[in-house]
Amino acid sequence: MSGIEFIKACSAIGAGLAMIAGIGPGIGQGFAAGKGAEAVGRQPEAQSDIIRTMLLGAAVAETTGIYGLIVALILLFANPFI
Amino acid sequence: MAGPTIYGYLFGLPLTETLVNTWIVMGILIIISLLLVRNLKVVPGKAQVIAETIVNAIDNLTEQTMGKDKMGFAPYMLALFMFLLLANIAGLFALRSPTADLNVTVSLALMTFFMTQGFGLASKGLGGYLKGYLEPLPFLLPINIIGEFANPVSLSFRLFGNMLGGLIIMNLLYTALTGFMFFALVIPIPFHFYFDLFSGGLQSFIFVMLSMVFISMAMD
Repeated sequence: MSGIEFIKACSAIGAGLAMIAGIGPGIGQGFAAGKGAEAVGRQPEAQSDIIRTMLLGAAVAETTGIYGLIVALILLFANPFI
Repeated sequence: MAGPTIYGYLFGLPLTETLVNTWIVMGILIIISLLLVRNLKVVPGKAQVIAETIVNAIDNLTEQTMGKDKMGFAPYMLALFMFLLLANIAGLFALRSPTADLNVTVSLALMTFFMTQGFGLASKGLGGYLKGYLEPLPFLLPINIIGEFANPVSLSFRLFGNMLGGLIIMNLLYTALTGFMFFALVIPIPFHFYFDLFSGGLQSFIFVMLSMVFISMAMD
């Protein structure tokens, strides 16, 4: 196996490992959605406000996952090591 | 997965697919707004009702999020929202969505960043602006500066990552379905619904909402 092929193989593995970051946003968004459902159950008349706040929080929680996705995309399509 | 196609060079600058699609989106926006505000009357016609609904919705959102004294930001936020919405759902019309290019999202996020700093400086004065970096405790200064610069990074990367991720998944799906005529027609429909309509609409809303929050937090 030549050097370039080795780097490519390792980059593919690294991209897969980078996507483990998806666990964090999954937990965070699930928590936000659960709390949102609780809040709607307690106060159904404030539903639109609750949903808006929940979506905003979920989108902010998603940021770390997106960083992982960007690292994976850079490793796959714009590899700095080759 | 290739980046945006380069069609040619204009005065030495690359004329990319992103640029052309941005022009198309801008043209559609200009045409729509000209059509909707043609001959305004006291008793509104159909087009005027649509325009008034959109403007009212953004006015209400701005008032709720930023407060009554910052209503002047509503037109900018509406323009930003409409541009992002059309750019994000461009994938439905077989255009590569302009927001799946880091150049576009970073420039939009930098606009928010400079507005945050500029309006914060203007409304608090130089002393109050600089004092904001020393709160709640003076030794947190480096963290405050890093946090200030992390805002545009996270704002641009969130939009870019979402849009590019959707684009890549759609491309993989279409590549996998090549040759299966019937399945290629039916299976992508829910994916388009999620990645283009839902995700695109949500991300443009989030972008506008976070811009509002950042600017109003910097001002008061």
